[in-house]
Amino acid sequence: MLARNLRSCSRLFSTSNKLASNGIDFELSAEQQELRTNIRKFVADEVIPVAAEYDRTMEYPWPIIKKAHELGYLIADIPEKYGGLELDMVSLCLISEEVAYGCSGIGTAMMANDLAQSPLILCANDDIKKRFLGRMVDEPLVASYAVTEPGAGSDVAGIKTKCEKKGDEYIINGSKMWITNAGHANWFFVLARSDPDPKAPAGKAFTAFAVEGDSAGLIRGRKEINMGQRCSDTRGITFEDVRVPAANIVGAPGEGFKVAMKTFDKTRPTVAALATGLAYRCLDVATQYSTERKAFGTEIYNHQGVSFLLAEMAINCELARLMTYKSGSEVDAGRPGSYYASIAKLFASEAANQAATNAVQVFGGAGFNTEYPAEKLMRDAKIFQIYEGTSQIQRMVIARQLLARVKQNGGY
Amino acid sequence: MFVFLSPSLSLFSSFFLCLINIKMRILVGVKRVVDYAVKIRVKPDKTGVITEGVQHSMNPFDEIALEEAVKLKEKKLATEVVAFSFGGPKSAEVLRTALAKGADKAIHVTVSDAEAAKAEPLHVAQALQKIVEQEKFDAVFVGKQAIDDDASQTAPLLAGLLDWPQALYASKVEDGGAGSLKVTREIDGGLDTIKVKLPAVLSADLRLNEPRYATLPNIMKAKKKPLKAIAAKELGIDLTPQTSVLEVAEPAQRKAGGFVADVSELIAKLKEKGLVKA
Repeated sequence: MLARNLRSCSRLFSTSNKLASNGIDFELSAEQQELRTNIRKFVADEVIPVAAEYDRTMEYPWPIIKKAHELGYLIADIPEKYGGLELDMVSLCLISEEVAYGCSGIGTAMMANDLAQSPLILCANDDIKKRFLGRMVDEPLVASYAVTEPGAGSDVAGIKTKCEKKGDEYIINGSKMWITNAGHANWFFVLARSDPDPKAPAGKAFTAFAVEGDSAGLIRGRKEINMGQRCSDTRGITFEDVRVPAANIVGAPGEGFKVAMKTFDKTRPTVAALATGLAYRCLDVATQYSTERKAFGTEIYNHQGVSFLLAEMAINCELARLMTYKSGSEVDAGRPGSYYASIAKLFASEAANQAATNAVQVFGGAGFNTEYPAEKLMRDAKIFQIYEGTSQIQRMVIARQLLARVKQNGGY
Repeated sequence: MFVFLSPSLSLFSSFFLCLINIKMRILVGVKRVVDYAVKIRVKPDKTGVITEGVQHSMNPFDEIALEEAVKLKEKKLATEVVAFSFGGPKSAEVLRTALAKGADKAIHVTVSDAEAAKAEPLHVAQALQKIVEQEKFDAVFVGKQAIDDDASQTAPLLAGLLDWPQALYASKVEDGGAGSLKVTREIDGGLDTIKVKLPAVLSADLRLNEPRYATLPNIMKAKKKPLKAIAAKELGIDLTPQTSVLEVAEPAQRKAGGFVADVSELIAKLKEKGLVKA
């Protein structure tokens, strides 16, 4: 952690050839700018031209996943020790934002890896990291984070999938739902109830595992047809006496809930970044269209009713981006990130939805039509208010931490 | 048996030849220009185009030149690829891109932004010449032109200054054997294939190759590669412009055309305007 802190400090200093720093630096480092330039080109050439077609066919975007892996974008979060690039959180946010600008469905497919890998990076022992992260570096593979169940989404403590210890193994039974990448995952991060006593506190009742995708008894359901982000693969999975070696426990036995929750501190900034990318796309397509489309004898941009919608979009885009990068830099600084991550995830999700609705509005009738880009953005945006903690859950996280802070400090 | 052996022998010998004869150090000129996707706008005072707050990137033709040099290195025909840029402080950005795309080192010949705005191909060629003389390169690759001024002069000027052969508008580059390159050039009438003895100056045309994306690991590694800055003044280059810009103006707006009902009306209109003889 210290090394990481030092690195982010030196980065701060190296960026500024200005006079003495005033303590706040809104500039990206030279490497981050270079990264953004490159990913932008990749997205413009490889993602944007095919996004509508993937939305229509709902096929899994393997060709893009493979190219992204080749270019290193899928191993950016993996520690150097296991062959990855160990990029800082702000850089990971840049990748998410730019990919989602092109297609948030493809972005979700790519970032689901991040979600599955994060609990391992944060909590797993060296052996698991070597076995499960190492292969992600060697091959273009995808993995899934399997926590949600038909009866337990936001209420993670309500999950029913259970595991029983038998000798050196655990036997998992139950079912999971809405698992991204489930049809293609090489392995799964799975949370299961290890203490059958319903009164056991959440912090002690669950155990987390890394489970091989080809385990006997692991049954993948059919691809769900969703409203948006349709090329991202979402399925239910069923566990029927799936045997997992005890060596695959992520973190300590009984402490899986903490592992699953800790993950979100690290992944919510990148989800906020996905939403931010989508919001910027809305701003771009709507602004572009408003300078082309004429009504009442002039480009519709000249009508205040339209230009105010665009101004609102621009404001929210800027704010979403600032908060997203801040939440990322909090993680980079080694501070507990959940407060800012929740604020960023909530705000960016709302911004994306408002921007998408208004982008459709600016397009008018064309916005309702699949020949134009706006309607896909609106369908894709909705999930941001739902996955990785609904907007309501984010408010709970924020309120709880706000209260703790006020109690401790006697004020904000 | 002999029939089978002979081509493989000759293949072997040509491979051997290239190992012996060509071990090039290539200097590649890369220029920072306004990005090709940007809509160019003229400054209100008509002294130039607006560059403030505008996306810049590496001149696409230079990117192709760089890609070719890196490919030659991958084929073991070159030993080292060094990127060169002449320009203001921000030219370091395109050099970093070049390092991420496979250049081993970078040399930045620095001038102020004001000087860069007035720099001409001759100044750039002179800077390249000095670097070549100091560091002993076997070839210089540049784009056939930069998309900002479209001058297309740097390569031939440099060949003249160094008294080296030139291969301009290259669309294919191969080992020519005996310390030479076989270069195919696209010309109006078709393809022109020439052999140039090294050292030589080469300029890249559009269809020479398709530049790669920089991979993320290479972007990270580029940080550690050396980027040297030398002031143009230290190289003794006289930056006095030889041309002066009188005015930079937007292209004239095209006026809307008119419609004619039939051919006879069309001919009447053409005659009226004196475009066909009465």
